Amino acid sequence: MNEGLFINIIIGISIASVPLIFAAIGELLVERSGVLNLGVEGMMIVGALLGFVVMSHTQNPFLAVFAAMLGGMAIASIFAFLTQFLLTNQVATGLALTLFGLGFAAFAGRGYTEETIQLITAVPIPYLSDIPYLGPLLFSFNPLVYLSFFMVYLVWWFLFKTKQGLILRAIGDNHDAAHAIGHNVVRYRVMAILFGGAMAGIGGSFLSLVQVPIWGEGMTAGRGWIALGLVVFASWQPFRIIFGAILFGGITILQIHAQGLNINVSAQYLSMLPYLATIVILVSLRIRLKNKTNRTVPNCLGRIFHSTT
Amino acid sequence: MKYQLEVSNITKSYGDLKANDNVSLSIKDSSIHALLGENGAGKSTLVKIIYGSLTPDSGEMKWANNKYSPKSPFQARENGIAMVFQHFSLFESLTVEENIILGLDGIGLNENFSEQIIKYSKQYGLDINPQQVVGDLSVGARQRVEIIRCLMQNPKLLIMDEPTSVLTPQEVADLFVTLKKLAADGCAILYISHKLEEVREICSEATILRGGKLVQSCIPQEHSQKELAEMMIGKKLTELARTNIIVGENIFSIDNLSRKSDDIYGVNLQNIALQMNKGSIVGIAGVAGNGQDELMEILIGEIPSPKATLNFNGQDISALNSHERRQLSMFFVPEERLGHGAVPDMSLDENMLLSRPDSTEMTSHGVIDWTKVATHSKKVIDTFDVQTPSSRMLAKSLSGGNLQKFMVGRELVQDPELLIVAQPTWGVDAGSANNIHQALIELADKGSAILIISQDLDEILSLCEQIHVLSEGKLSDAVDMKSNGLEKISQLMVGGKEEKNSKLIAGAKTDA
Repeated sequence: MNEGLFINIIIGISIASVPLIFAAIGELLVERSGVLNLGVEGMMIVGALLGFVVMSHTQNPFLAVFAAMLGGMAIASIFAFLTQFLLTNQVATGLALTLFGLGFAAFAGRGYTEETIQLITAVPIPYLSDIPYLGPLLFSFNPLVYLSFFMVYLVWWFLFKTKQGLILRAIGDNHDAAHAIGHNVVRYRVMAILFGGAMAGIGGSFLSLVQVPIWGEGMTAGRGWIALGLVVFASWQPFRIIFGAILFGGITILQIHAQGLNINVSAQYLSMLPYLATIVILVSLRIRLKNKTNRTVPNCLGRIFHSTT
Repeated sequence: MKYQLEVSNITKSYGDLKANDNVSLSIKDSSIHALLGENGAGKSTLVKIIYGSLTPDSGEMKWANNKYSPKSPFQARENGIAMVFQHFSLFESLTVEENIILGLDGIGLNENFSEQIIKYSKQYGLDINPQQVVGDLSVGARQRVEIIRCLMQNPKLLIMDEPTSVLTPQEVADLFVTLKKLAADGCAILYISHKLEEVREICSEATILRGGKLVQSCIPQEHSQKELAEMMIGKKLTELARTNIIVGENIFSIDNLSRKSDDIYGVNLQNIALQMNKGSIVGIAGVAGNGQDELMEILIGEIPSPKATLNFNGQDISALNSHERRQLSMFFVPEERLGHGAVPDMSLDENMLLSRPDSTEMTSHGVIDWTKVATHSKKVIDTFDVQTPSSRMLAKSLSGGNLQKFMVGRELVQDPELLIVAQPTWGVDAGSANNIHQALIELADKGSAILIISQDLDEILSLCEQIHVLSEGKLSDAVDMKSNGLEKISQLMVGGKEEKNSKLIAGAKTDA
């Protein structure tokens, strides 16, 4: 294998992982607060569309990513309103959100299917990117790639190093008790859901602003669902999201390069791998947790909180 | 006389129901004040108003002579009011330290907090390890965490909602030492309970509520337990007495039952043997966590028991499941009300039907006849004074005591030949406990056999003719009550070894 191909693969893997990292780290925080939002796919596709539309009108990458973030949050706010104030079932609402997002984006994006935009390009960090080997591997990425890694760190720091993070975890563990000692369960959850929407929106925009310069109906192609699987795969630990996303992203890239590398495995088998891995992780988690206090799955995940006082 | 908290003429209504009707109460500095009342007497409502979770419709409160009207628990805590909840407000997946930080306002992370927790735990003799995950702790240890969490706010008033209902006798004794020390240090305590002997032991004053109204404020030591109970329920208690003890032939036996627990924290049952005769009430005493849950699961048929260990009316029933055992007229009231005893999200009617071994009288041609079911539930509700608007209410919407009355009643109306009941009056107030005990005695008088597994020693002593003690998975022989019976029971309860007190028993779960 030559050096250029190797670096290409690494870059390819990281580009494939970034949307997953964004969407999964947002959903991780949401699930830590005890809410299961299955609408990730819907929030991502709306982010992808809005990012593309704003980019095509303004050519301003900052505005485009910002618009994608707001789009994700807008869709998430529907979910927040329905589940936190009208107390609807989270699974059904999340599924509806995905279907709504896909339909809405397909409808609103009709006029943009012929257009192309200027991709947001990588910004090599001066000097550092000139280091042989390490330069192209570590310091020559798109700013959003660095942002995705930073968000993982930020979520970890928030969850485990701040009082608010502790309260959020406590709400996910036992919302009645958190309410009894006076914490505002609904407010924390709404904030978490909006954050999840923002991250899914940015993750979606990465597809239409960095990966390909076009808008296409259903271009998220199930990445929202993979992100949901990733949260479980990571057993609700932020840094494992990166590991999982690289694994999932890597398999995608491996499929593309498989023929070039003379690997004679049918593409279908490779596409199954991420899902097989998720099942294996789930089963092994269960075995490890047997007879132990559950410290990974938030106890209140998906349960409706209704304050009686 | 200085008052820490004065509550005057508080009224709080929910629709037509007056949960608190013109209630007043004054708590002196450094005193332990009891709040007594039956389920639904309005104790919880009053306490929630004091703690800021509820706002009263009318009336006012004074805190150290200043006007006090808290809008939230945060404000109550700012003023120095702390509360230990009946159902613990702890987070199982978090550590002790994290749990304590969560209940303290203005404390962030990263401040080295463990040392302070250890300091308080030593000062008040509350043994706790800050780094342990709460989910791995025993019930007593969890309560210690709650208390330390409250104490670290340096409260002037500590509210305790039925703190002893889940504790072992030794843990109760330890708790009382802590509470007395606290009161001596200047913290007033509002102690909610319906265990009257405890109230008489540690409380210097008592306020009694009934149906949302103030009945009386009194000094508990000036009244007998019976008088206090009658004030609470507003009528005379029935004297418990067996009128007709005819002990018949053997009906049920456990022979050499041993079983290793599936749970690593569980207790292994060892060589358990028991004989029961018709018309007898047999009691199994013991401290919680000594194999009661495991034994109960085997008796009910939830988990399989080894061959030929259980014998009912001459038939080996070891392999039968719970439904098949019910068909033989063997009925059960398990300890855990929501989950084992009743389906929380189903109505009383549905729960009624579910435990029936033979439902022909409630169905027609295989289809449920809800009118007939309702008639049966109505009978139980009326006979056992279950407080509920209708039999269509969900099981989980009833208070614990009320659901317990329904569950005991549901089994009793089927005239079981053998009734096995765990903690028949746990969380049930004095009046209803009296009713349940009376009903059990009447059943035995009719010739049925009853097995009671209970941690409430008074209950066992007042009902049972034959008493065994379960300790570390071993069942003692029947205790001869004629000479020093009580002393023998106490010794057996702590495992026969004096120095092995319940701290070790409670600690065993913690350390595992």
